[in-house]
Amino acid sequence: MNKTSYISKQVADLKPSGIRRFFDLAAQMEDVISLGVGEPDFVTPWNFIEQSFHALEQGYTSYTENAGMLELRQEISGYLNSNFQLSYNPEQQVIVTVGASQAIDLALRTVVEPGDEVIVVEPGFVAYVPTVSLAGGTPVTIQTKPENDFKLQPEQIEEVITPRTKAIMLCNPNNPTGTFLSKPELEQLSAVIEKHDLLVLSDEIYAELTYDEDYTSFASLPDMKERTILISGFSKAFAMTGWRLGYAAGPEEIISSMVKIHQYTMMCAPTMAQHAALEAMKNGKPSVQEMIESYKQRRNFIVSSLNEIGLDCPNPGGAFYAFPSIQATGLSSAEFAEQLLQEEQVAVVPGEVFGESGEGYIRCSYATSLKQLDEAMERIKRFVEKRI
Amino acid sequence: MKETEVELLKLIEKDANLEAEKIAKLMGKSIDEIRALLRELEEKKAILGYSTLIDWAKVLDVEEVTAMVDVKVTPARGVGFDKVAERIYRFPEVKAVYLMSGAYDLSVSVKGKTMTEIGNFISEKLSTLDSVLSTTTHFVLKRYKHDGIILHDDDDDDKRIVVSP
Repeated sequence: MNKTSYISKQVADLKPSGIRRFFDLAAQMEDVISLGVGEPDFVTPWNFIEQSFHALEQGYTSYTENAGMLELRQEISGYLNSNFQLSYNPEQQVIVTVGASQAIDLALRTVVEPGDEVIVVEPGFVAYVPTVSLAGGTPVTIQTKPENDFKLQPEQIEEVITPRTKAIMLCNPNNPTGTFLSKPELEQLSAVIEKHDLLVLSDEIYAELTYDEDYTSFASLPDMKERTILISGFSKAFAMTGWRLGYAAGPEEIISSMVKIHQYTMMCAPTMAQHAALEAMKNGKPSVQEMIESYKQRRNFIVSSLNEIGLDCPNPGGAFYAFPSIQATGLSSAEFAEQLLQEEQVAVVPGEVFGESGEGYIRCSYATSLKQLDEAMERIKRFVEKRI
Repeated sequence: MKETEVELLKLIEKDANLEAEKIAKLMGKSIDEIRALLRELEEKKAILGYSTLIDWAKVLDVEEVTAMVDVKVTPARGVGFDKVAERIYRFPEVKAVYLMSGAYDLSVSVKGKTMTEIGNFISEKLSTLDSVLSTTTHFVLKRYKHDGIILHDDDDDDKRIVVSP
């Protein structure tokens, strides 16, 4: 007799992340240069860390308000105002979460009814499709095209709209492609979004990490604020991934409902991390600027190196990923990544794990030291020369 | 132009060994542009030299000795502290001289092979200068950080997991 499985069908049906499999492979090897890491190579700036020590010494070891310390929400609200011309009431329209990931989960669980369709743009962050499913929704993917520089086209939204379409998840700048959508491009999307009365989950975790043009927050577009949940956090621009601290801002009705779930499932985000984030908001700008300058230089370096090697790579406008085509080698992205790892001990992530249109591409994170980046480029060059 | 200059200078301030080719790639400029700019900055003495920060203790058995000397002086009419500062900074044993606010006037950094050598220099050369009123010598026991670089910092490995989303 078969043993009964206790695992819910919904979870059993979830596909394991392609990144996980690749991680297992890379983790067994030694002296790997990793361009596979989706986080900054900088350690959190010392003043943020030190502020957290201080708070602990002062005895700040208890829960905070469910939505996060009011002072932090006020700072976040001020930050969004001065950087992105947004105006959110810190008391009703901002929630501090455990990473932007939790904010995504909360937002989806707050708005999705069973059977609701949520549009997910691919190649995209690996967690979007599963979190939509876990919230009981039906993920509907759009594959962006290399000929459009992986930029979502308004007509692509039109093509997948059904009466059940409720929301669309946008990530700008995008992981894994580094694609940056400008204000006019966002406005074109907003017209379709308004026409079909969609809610937007705007993942802006890489907003600060843009290198050529000013950033436009989706919620700052005319009439979009009321239909947008802005999701961001401290992980990327502030180099605080391990602190697990993010936030969401949006219409009061939605944020207060997110707080409802949050209070029953999480209580609050970690207190010591909130104190570090407070320092990040108040005095973090110089550190962030310095990191941005360094990412921009390394972006320039990796893009010109990859193109010299013969891997066609457009200039990504943001985040810290280059997304070159590896089609000239005749390999699939998984083959390329596996063989590169075996032969040259360089880890990159096959594009296919981010969605089917990522096939033929690899994600190279340039959040790694120039020395390592330089060495990785030498190794990739040697690897590619044997194949083209 | 100024922004480009600053970006270039910040890069080589961190790593004077960075090749022009790499600088060009990092800044999105041509190698010729970078070489020309470097020459220009050298000519107008914005770049004063390219020195290397060395941990001598890793190579030599005996570490060099450094002393920070607080010097009180009588400034001279017309030239203030500059004349006496020059008398001091011309000595090759002297590695740095700063005019300070506060309890003393000049902060002088002196290097030597031994404490005796430095002691001799101070008693024979420095304190005997006419305008020097007094000296207080502090020997450096350990260098933790120098010119923005943390010494003995072997803990620089990447603590991130190899692959993450």
